[in-house]
Amino acid sequence: MRTAKQTFKHGIHPPENKEETNGLPIRQFSFAPLIILPLAQHIGAPSKLVIREGQEVVRGQILAESDGYLSVPLHAPVSGLVKRISNVPTISGKMTTGIYLEPFPSSTQEILDGEPINLDAASPDDILMGIQQAGIVGLGGAAFPTHAKLKIPDGKHCDTLIINGIECEPYLTTDHRVMLEQSDDIFLGIKYLMKATGAKRTIIGIEANKQDAADLLRERLPKNEAISVEVVPVKYPQGAEKMLITSLLGKEVPSRGLPIDVSVVVVNVATTAEIGRLLPHGRGIQERVITITGPGVKKKGNYLIPIGTPLRYVLEQVGVDESVSEVYMGGPMMGVAVANLDISIVKGTSGIVVFNKEQIEQAPQVYPCIKCGACVDACPLSLNPSKLGILAKFEFYEKMAEEYHLMDCFECGSCSYVCPSHIPLVQYFRLSKSIIRKRKVA
Amino acid sequence: MKKQTLHISTSPHLTQGTSVEVIMRNVVIALMPAALFSIYAFGWNAALVLITAVVSCLITEHVLCRLANKRSTVSDWSAIITGLLLGLTLPPIFPLWMTFLGGVFAIGMGKFLFGGLGYNVFNPALVGRAVLQGAFPVAITTWFASFSADRFTTLHSAVLAVPFMEPVIDGTSGATPLSAFKFDGITTEASDLALGLVSGSTGETSSVFILLGGLYLVWRNLMNWRIPVAILATVFVFSGILYWFDPVEYPSPLFMLFSGGLMLGAVFMATDMVASPITSWGVMIYGIIIGALVVIIRLWGGLPEGVMYAILLANAISPHIDRLVRYRVYGTSLKTS
Repeated sequence: MRTAKQTFKHGIHPPENKEETNGLPIRQFSFAPLIILPLAQHIGAPSKLVIREGQEVVRGQILAESDGYLSVPLHAPVSGLVKRISNVPTISGKMTTGIYLEPFPSSTQEILDGEPINLDAASPDDILMGIQQAGIVGLGGAAFPTHAKLKIPDGKHCDTLIINGIECEPYLTTDHRVMLEQSDDIFLGIKYLMKATGAKRTIIGIEANKQDAADLLRERLPKNEAISVEVVPVKYPQGAEKMLITSLLGKEVPSRGLPIDVSVVVVNVATTAEIGRLLPHGRGIQERVITITGPGVKKKGNYLIPIGTPLRYVLEQVGVDESVSEVYMGGPMMGVAVANLDISIVKGTSGIVVFNKEQIEQAPQVYPCIKCGACVDACPLSLNPSKLGILAKFEFYEKMAEEYHLMDCFECGSCSYVCPSHIPLVQYFRLSKSIIRKRKVA
Repeated sequence: MKKQTLHISTSPHLTQGTSVEVIMRNVVIALMPAALFSIYAFGWNAALVLITAVVSCLITEHVLCRLANKRSTVSDWSAIITGLLLGLTLPPIFPLWMTFLGGVFAIGMGKFLFGGLGYNVFNPALVGRAVLQGAFPVAITTWFASFSADRFTTLHSAVLAVPFMEPVIDGTSGATPLSAFKFDGITTEASDLALGLVSGSTGETSSVFILLGGLYLVWRNLMNWRIPVAILATVFVFSGILYWFDPVEYPSPLFMLFSGGLMLGAVFMATDMVASPITSWGVMIYGIIIGALVVIIRLWGGLPEGVMYAILLANAISPHIDRLVRYRVYGTSLKTS
């Protein structure tokens, strides 16, 4: 067994900036006067509407069903009236079909139960079905439907389940608070997950800057279960599945492969808590924990926010500086800057970070690559971002993919972070990857 | 909430904060001890050579950028480094017009022709020096004793030689330790070499101050320490083996380490990021090649010194080292080449 001191190669150490919110307990957020729910809240096909305009819905009721295997249903986050079904803005800038839902002001807002999944009686497939019906997607940010991830392909098996409590993005403390406050849900979720995957053991991986969470979970470990808590060094991007597997198990996931290729399944800790909380009641996701922080925010904290709450409403409630000029969803390393405050909180939103004018890094002058090697020593996959950047500039996309493993890049941004020439390396790679994918399709 | 103007950028939204300018500025700072010592040792002669080389590089950089209709890049500090390095490799009484020409060739041929900062294949300062070595073989091997009494009161006539005239060289003295060894078999004490109490190019005599600058850069994490370590270790081991076999024929490894331009070359020129390989293993191989070439050229070549050619040759194969020596990509079992 490897000790927790071991870690993956390379990586970076951005300032953590977690201390402002990691001591703040999760608080319930109020209902916005209007909830806006895009149907596309996950990777895969958007959910299919099952309600109509003018209909009254109850909190927890299914508004849209899953449409195919890579799709999950959407539940009503509040009881209220479906005002309108039309286009809604999303963070990508595209419009998509969505529901405008007006909450009843005096409603007791009780959550509707569905069909409970009994841990002892359910088969692995029942549990997967239950997870899909609960509308669960990866809450770490990727929003990949969790049931699809848990389905073990024929010929493979899962021996280790890893619960990802790393949260290596600076500023975010969502998972930290979930681990401190929802340990029962997490352990119940693990039991469902172990049964669904057939894993013989579970490792909860936590970064050393959340030692209190690790201590608490260790203390409360259920008896007679093969569950352990491992603390790993603070390093970005430790929370990437492949990096975490290497840190905890010393194994490498094959290039272009998945964790299951080394008999591992990785699930985010907040997702695990959600499974433990929802499945016994057959409920669906109505809300999620989000860290709202950054120098531009007055009431920083960790909030339980209903899905579909408009971003503008969230910012009004927490109070932001007049000079707010950059807002992003997710962490500062991989998060997406928003162009429009009328978008809403979706299942994949893990954090909202607000910078005001003073903190915005002015677009620095871009110099040519001086081959200092900083990016090469930062890339957790041992790619050569310097060379890839030069190839991207000359549009040698095929060479990037075939000879320099571009498609392995998971866009952690470490290369751009360290580059003294301020070359937008990861930005080049995102673009190159999408061009290569389009060419493959064409 | 009022209407907001949102700033949109793609992640990452944080950067480490270093920049090319910061790196280059710190290299200039690191070169200061060696440069100041050379002025102390050789007087106004050396000061003028250094200033001329820097000014020449800056003017060339600026003029060429303007001629090419590009934004002038003189402010990125890299031309100052080239000028300083070039000046430090020249004899302290090198004619200023030749020095100026060296700067023009260093920037024009060594850097600008390849596309400017980041695209040069060779260390520009060494390109400039190589041109001078070919064009003015006598002047570039005419030395001047260090710590002469009148070094701060009189200028040597050669320094102010009229362009395109052969400088009249009189009253010079002080063969370099390497040439003394090569041609007369005389060795110099390693301690004198380390402290720079010998004659030689302006900046190569003060090993201690060069190392000081190097340590500063390593401390600021702005230099790949593997390069000088690999070079110096190779020279030490290689010449040590030879010395062990025949201490009469071959100089001691300490003499080899501290004489000539080895320190300056190993610490400040071979480490030119642009012209050196990018991976840890790559720079080790690069360093070993330079170290071996230095010993071979010095001991069996026609010239007393070989650092310049050793580095230029290694610069030339550096891209090939990068192609052959790569990190194994995560999740792949085989090295790809």
